[in-house]
Amino acid sequence: MSKDKTQQTVQTTGHAWDGDLQEFNNPLPSWWLWAFYATVIFAIVYWVLYPTWPVGNTYTKGVGNDITYTTTDGKEVTSHWNTRSLLLKDLADARAEQAKYVEQLKAASYSDIAKDEEKSAFAYSMAKVLFADNCAACHQAGGNGVIGPYPNLLDDAWLWGGTFEKIEETIRNGHVGNMPGFKGQLSAREIDNLAEYVLSLSGQGSDATKAQKGKPLFSSNCAVCHGQDAKGQILMGSANLTDSIWTIVNVPAAATPEAKRAAIVNLLKTGKSRQMPAWKDRLSDTEIKILTFYVHELGGGQ
Amino acid sequence: MKHETIETNVGWLIVLTLIVISIGGLVEIVPLYFIDDTIETVQVDGKDTIRPYTSLELRGRDIYQREGCYTCHSQMIRPFRDEDMRYGHYSLAAESQFDHPFQWGSKRTGPDLARVGKKYSNEWHVQHMMNPRDVVPQSIMPGYPWLMQSLHYKDVADRMRALKMVGVPYSETQAEFDANVERYGKDVADKLNINSAMDNLISQAQAGNYDGNKNDITEMDALVAYLQVLGTMVDFSKFDEGHFAEFR
Repeated sequence: MSKDKTQQTVQTTGHAWDGDLQEFNNPLPSWWLWAFYATVIFAIVYWVLYPTWPVGNTYTKGVGNDITYTTTDGKEVTSHWNTRSLLLKDLADARAEQAKYVEQLKAASYSDIAKDEEKSAFAYSMAKVLFADNCAACHQAGGNGVIGPYPNLLDDAWLWGGTFEKIEETIRNGHVGNMPGFKGQLSAREIDNLAEYVLSLSGQGSDATKAQKGKPLFSSNCAVCHGQDAKGQILMGSANLTDSIWTIVNVPAAATPEAKRAAIVNLLKTGKSRQMPAWKDRLSDTEIKILTFYVHELGGGQ
Repeated sequence: MKHETIETNVGWLIVLTLIVISIGGLVEIVPLYFIDDTIETVQVDGKDTIRPYTSLELRGRDIYQREGCYTCHSQMIRPFRDEDMRYGHYSLAAESQFDHPFQWGSKRTGPDLARVGKKYSNEWHVQHMMNPRDVVPQSIMPGYPWLMQSLHYKDVADRMRALKMVGVPYSETQAEFDANVERYGKDVADKLNINSAMDNLISQAQAGNYDGNKNDITEMDALVAYLQVLGTMVDFSKFDEGHFAEFR
């Protein structure tokens, strides 16, 4: 019934396939048609306002929506609309928003920041983000590091110094720490004795005679960097061997005295080279300052 | 031509459909080849600073593609504030002008790598490739321990020749070499010389010792050399803040 009705009221395209297959030719709904015209008008307005049409070796730049932003050195720049200038404006706006805190931090000394609650709160929250993005890949999200390549920042042992100035210098310029291997220079027995002496320095030794034999070897080979007192030297980033903090080999985790000695023997043979990258080209002075403050706070800075 | 003629003739239908749908691509892509500013000029002291990859970096890039790194990592920092803060300066078109194919991408399971170069130490990269969880406990990236196998590089000159055919300025003749000296300076031009590709590869791998193993040139050497150069060819401190916005 309804089929008959349709055939009477709706036009067909006029052609038929397989004898009786026909195609309706319904007019477009008027709301759709008007929406379509609206998009055409929108496009024309868009062409005028935004960069669109190629003309030879350049293009129309759009009118009426220039972007003005202030650069870091205070210059005012106006440009036709484009996403890069839009970004620069976004950055400039954010800078202006943060300026009142950042300027304060820039001018403040480290001890000022530590004393002032508002300043240290801002520095702390900003540093957390910076740390996560730049430092956490090696020193881990919490700053606990990885024994072997990446020192723990939470303890109060500092290879390159734990004062604000020293930490800042480390972040800014990076460091290459090099513990040489002694494989060719010392015999296996000598290395074994030396390892026993190193263990005895932090009270973990188990064989006093061996340690006694290792002592002169320490003076002639190790003291150059680690010092005669084995407390390490900040200038060379050499570790303090008299405390129970180990950054390259995990001595405390070794269960038996033999395993402890084996871990050190291995290091003495092969040596270890570590690198802290320099950040001065990636981070701004203020960012480095904030990170220094954060790292200092993390681990009992000096 | 009548509607019915097109609809009842498959040949016409295919040809005309192709013409219609290609218009969208043509009007968006073709003009870019004629517009001067599409690829930014990046010169310091009259020399281009964005150069094609050295032979070792090129092999690293091949491995990057072989292992499908691009399925999770993009190499394109978009001009948004959040991306600027996390990854650094937005990517320039010029920075991927020698990439065939480019590594832009719109899906990031891992972070963008457009400026990962020099961000981490070589040792970090090696450890991270061997087992990502050793350095990033929450990482879901798979390990790639087989990268410590020896690098196959006997065919590196041919690989460079192939890229030269699609317009990458590696040099083979003296005239091409001289043109590179003019464009990049002597040091860089030497690295782009196909005739010494293998020697260059070996000396860069030995000098860089990217994988911490001096005895062998491994795939890790090549991959880390490639990662360490990503995004480092433009020294943005040499340009005004708005300099590269002027190209858009």
